[in-house]
Amino acid sequence: MTAEQILFLLTGALILGSALMVVATRKLLHAALWLVAALFGVAILYAILQASFLAVVQVVVYIGAIAILFIFAVMLTRREMRDQGQQTRTNWWIAALLGLLILAGLVFLILAVPGADRLPAALPEGLDTVRALGNALVSPEAYVLPFEVASVLLLAALVGAVYIASVGKKD
Amino acid sequence: MTFASILEWLIKGFVWVMILLGGFAYLTYYERRALARIQVRIGPNRAGPLGLLQPIADAIKLIFKEELMPARADKLLFFLAPIITLTPALVITAVVPFGPEGLNFPLFGRVITWQIADINVGILYIMSIASIAVYGIVLAGWSSNNKYAMLGGLRSTAQMISYELALGLSFVSVIVLADSTRMIDIVEAQKSMWFMVLQPVGMVIFLIATLAEVNRSPFDMPEAEQELAAGYHSEYGGMKFALLFMAEYDKMIAICIIAATIFFGGYREFWFLQNTWFSVDQTPILGPVYVFIKVFILLFGMIWVRATLPRIRYDRLMAFGWKILLPLSLALVFLTATGILLAQEVNPLFMWGIPVVSLAAGFIAILGMYQTLRRKEHARA
Repeated sequence: MTAEQILFLLTGALILGSALMVVATRKLLHAALWLVAALFGVAILYAILQASFLAVVQVVVYIGAIAILFIFAVMLTRREMRDQGQQTRTNWWIAALLGLLILAGLVFLILAVPGADRLPAALPEGLDTVRALGNALVSPEAYVLPFEVASVLLLAALVGAVYIASVGKKD
Repeated sequence: MTFASILEWLIKGFVWVMILLGGFAYLTYYERRALARIQVRIGPNRAGPLGLLQPIADAIKLIFKEELMPARADKLLFFLAPIITLTPALVITAVVPFGPEGLNFPLFGRVITWQIADINVGILYIMSIASIAVYGIVLAGWSSNNKYAMLGGLRSTAQMISYELALGLSFVSVIVLADSTRMIDIVEAQKSMWFMVLQPVGMVIFLIATLAEVNRSPFDMPEAEQELAAGYHSEYGGMKFALLFMAEYDKMIAICIIAATIFFGGYREFWFLQNTWFSVDQTPILGPVYVFIKVFILLFGMIWVRATLPRIRYDRLMAFGWKILLPLSLALVFLTATGILLAQEVNPLFMWGIPVVSLAAGFIAILGMYQTLRRKEHARA
């Protein structure tokens, strides 16, 4: 087993463990923080795959913006944010069975892909991944259309949010 | 990745953290002395010659202070918050280069560089660490079970999220100018001209936004003592308070190092000293010295601002961040990119259009701000 594989297994354990704690903990703010830990694990996965740009963007967007908005919203609500009720339903075993089935199907599918059990090849020396990604995002042969469509979608969402926020203020 | 490289990172990281911690202690002394001068006082001068032992006396005092745990506080988070606050402040400068390549020296068959981590997305790494710096303050405010602390935490979240946008966009201008996200490339791109000259308005926006990011005066709303007792650290005492305090001052040092690196030429000399003895190409040992001098001057700027400007009102702080800094920095990114394109395609002289047009844009922004404030004044009268 190489160091990379050990790192991957540790990261995987971190992600799964924190994801479990997100649903298992009783305090809302703790759940948000466990979510941050899980997202951070995903950033480590990107870093292991040498996708440095994606790793950094994962931290900026998910941890630095989205999770912090969760925490902001949680802090604006009730002070006592404990969940008192029972945490499982009576038919939890059906959900567990379904989850296991989906996991088995996914494992089967991934193993069917050729080369799924190989280690990733090392990147060629001197390849500027950031520049390659930037060029791909704006080149007509690659992803300029999805990129622009996503931008327009986000702009529309932004305008919508501003409109909704300003409607209540007028009256 | 060998054992030797891990050992090298550990040693470099340890030394750098020690420098930052020592720097924190003497930054408090520097700030108190400088503030005292500005306010026509003397400042700490009793402990040791010129009061130089004052930080050590303060540390001993803080170690022996009683630590309180507020009733019904979230114990784990209350304990973790100062650590979470301090960590980003210590690790953010890991990608900054402190010396030119000529200063690298071989040791045990390895080349030791003057940089802890040379990653190709260096400036984005700084951006990401800056974006998680808010957690510690929010958690400190929330876990204290105190309304003032909580309000301070909320204010700092809103403020840091708002100013992060302008900060990120001023990073974008630098990336566009340097044509790289690697820190060494950014410094080397300033060989013939500092980015401070090419993008003066971007530099001002960066400095303002970083002041807001580290909650320094005049943006120190999260700890406004007249309104919120002490804000997010009201309930902290002893060494936990010292950690929060240390985080604030280490953040100051860190952002001054970053500002020096991306706008003031980093370890490079003045551009007009290029082929003289003062150039780091000829005397590489001057590199770290230049960084230190630049950081020292920038820190004085921050202290000066604190001594001069009153705290800004909260709604104006938000309006300033969203309605002025954000559109202005967006416009600057556009202007910088256009200028570079014209310089490449038409005439290199268009490069000088960037500072001229940026200054014009900054002037328009100030004019707009002035008009709005005037109108409000008239409406009130």
